[in-house]
This record gives sequence, C-alpha cells and structure tokens, in this order.
Amino acid sequence: MSVVMKNFTFAVIMLAGSVGPSLAASEADFKAAFAAADAAEKEGGRLRNQWTTTEAALSTAKKAAETGNFDQALRSAQEAEALAKASIVQATSEQQRWKDMEIH
Amino acid sequence: MRTRPTLSILTAALALCALIGASSPAALAIDAVDPAADAKAFRDFFVKKFPQVKFEDFVNGPYSMNEDMRKQWKDKEQFPPYEFALEAGKEMFSKPFKNGKHYADCFENGGIGVRQTYPTFDEKEGQVITLELALNRCREVNGEQPYSYVKDEMAQLTAYMAFTSRGKPFDIKIPNDPRALEAYENGKRYFYTRRGQLNFSCASCHVQNPGERIRAEVLAPAFGILNAMPIYRSEWSGMGTTSRRFTTCNSQIRGVPLEPQSLEYRDLEYYLSYVSNGLPISGPGARP
Repeated sequence: MSVVMKNFTFAVIMLAGSVGPSLAASEADFKAAFAAADAAEKEGGRLRNQWTTTEAALSTAKKAAETGNFDQALRSAQEAEALAKASIVQATSEQQRWKDMEIH
Repeated sequence: MRTRPTLSILTAALALCALIGASSPAALAIDAVDPAADAKAFRDFFVKKFPQVKFEDFVNGPYSMNEDMRKQWKDKEQFPPYEFALEAGKEMFSKPFKNGKHYADCFENGGIGVRQTYPTFDEKEGQVITLELALNRCREVNGEQPYSYVKDEMAQLTAYMAFTSRGKPFDIKIPNDPRALEAYENGKRYFYTRRGQLNFSCASCHVQNPGERIRAEVLAPAFGILNAMPIYRSEWSGMGTTSRRFTTCNSQIRGVPLEPQSLEYRDLEYYLSYVSNGLPISGPGARP
C-alpha cells in the first residue's frame, strides 16, 4: 500500500471514529472537558479577546451538567474549548497581522 | 469519550495561520510612530474614496453616504430625538453637587466649548483621559457616586458638553511623550485588530466598507465617526456614549466587550479622535 493510501486509510478511520456511535459521557468526562475549556477561555481573557459564543457554550455546558445531561454537557464544553482556542489563535496572529489592514 | 466536532478542524486551520503570521516582522518601535503622517493618510484615504462628500460632512456618518437616509435625517433634525437628553444634561451640568461645587469647577473654561479637546493625554498620570472619565472623576472628587459610562446621565452630560462645542474642530494633542505615543499606537492597533468570532476589526466596517449596508444599516466612515458622540440611536431607543458604541460594536462581532473606559477603549478613542482632527464636533447626534 502506498504512503498516500495509508494516510488516507488512517484519516478515514479517524473520521469514522469521530462520528460513529460512542459510549454515553460521564460526569468525569464533562469535568475534564469543562476544565480544559475554562482554562482556554481564561487565556483568551488574558489576551483580552474572549468570544461571546465561547461564554454561551460554557454556560450551556454547565446548565446541561446540572440537569445530569452529560452528553450535552460534554459536547458544549468541547465546543467551548475549540472556540476559546480559536480566539487565542486569533489574538496571537493579530499581534502582527493588524498592520496588513492599516491605511498608509 | 466523544471526540470533537468540526470546530477542531477550524481551530487547527487558525493555528496554522497563526504560525504563518508569527513570521511577520516585529511591531515598529515607538520612535517610528508618526501620528501626523497617519492622520494625513487617514484623511486622504476617505477624501479620495468619497470625492462627492464635502469634507465637513464626514461627521454625519451614514447620512453623508446615502441620500435617502440624509433626507430622513434632515426631517428628523427638526425635532431631534436627543433634545430631551440635551435639556437634561444642561440642567445637570448647572446643578451644584452636595458640596456646592459644580462640574464647571473641574474643567477649563467652566466646561463650555471644551469637548473638542477630549480625550487628552495626562502627562502626570501617563494615560489618556476621556471626557466621560473626567466627568466621573469630577463627581467622585466632589463626593458623588460615578455614573454608568454607557448611557442615561453620562450621555446627557456629554450631550450638553458636545453641544457647547458644536462647530469647533477636533483638536486632539499628542504631547512629545513616549507614553502618549504608545497610547496612540495602542489605540491604532486596537482599531485594526480583528476580534470576535466574526473576525472583524473596527476597520473591517468603517474603513473597508463605509457606505455599504450591513443588514439594514449603512456603515459610517471611521473619519469623523466620534464627532457626533454621544448619539441617540433608534436601535437603542435611547442615548448612548462613546463607551456604549465601542462595547456594542464588540458584541455585534461576537466578542466579549471590555469594561467601559478600559485602557484599550480610551486609547482607541484617542487614536480615532486624533485622526479626525480638523473635523467639527457635531454632537449630540442621531443615528438609525
């Protein structure tokens, strides 16, 4: 099997794993995901660049966990972490890139 | 444990962009900051982009860009929606504090006709002082509680002070102090920096797209955008200050707003006001 095919097969397996059926999330899963999201959001705050959508996802995660819906809580916490990380990337890259838009 | 949705892919893509961006040249040193050259380039950009707009008309924001809106505004100005705020502000301004002193005691020329000089750079403190901040400091030093920075009383007071400066050109000074230049540069960086989930900077709307519509609104040019502050906005059903405008803009692009009168917002106001030097104060204003 060529290297390209091996990589492609690997990607398909990974993709299948990400969308296929999985076990119900536990409270521990949620707590770990929420802690990671919260830490990323705090870093976004340190960079003065938090997103309202991250805050909303964190809030949804918390509310879902309070009702015992850990599947939803986990999904929202993971979404919050992804959003927070994107805001960090944005803030970091914009430290230089803002000049591209400047009027000269 | 479940894996993450497609947002992870987006995050990875953004991370790659960041790595590419990280190889850009470092930010310029403060001694390379040239506010006068910036202001000239800024003015020239808008004058060239909108040759049909009279210079002093840039302070009228969307009304300078769209003839239909201009007609509606002219009609509205016969009974301007900021009139009640203006009257209330005048009354508040002249009413003494509990200690018998007045706002007039805190400002040059008794606070009349001085709005065009704000924000100022306070060389003792090493920071930008906006009119809103100066008003609340005046209250606090006279034993009064500070007002909210975003609307109501603060908007009324600034409406009155702006009115007493109508027609006077913005005259923002940047002293020969590296801290003032740094504040100016920080304001400029904030203006051009993309933020929020929508990845917009202030410039995305007010430099790249003035005159264009974003949903039902016509975007105002950045040149002269603060000259009409504070404003009555139909969208708000009331008056709002410069602080309100900044925080609302951030929310609209899905960014968490900073606290009103944060250093960043004050520096932003300093930059935007400076590059509009020469344009007349037209506040209080009315916007859709």
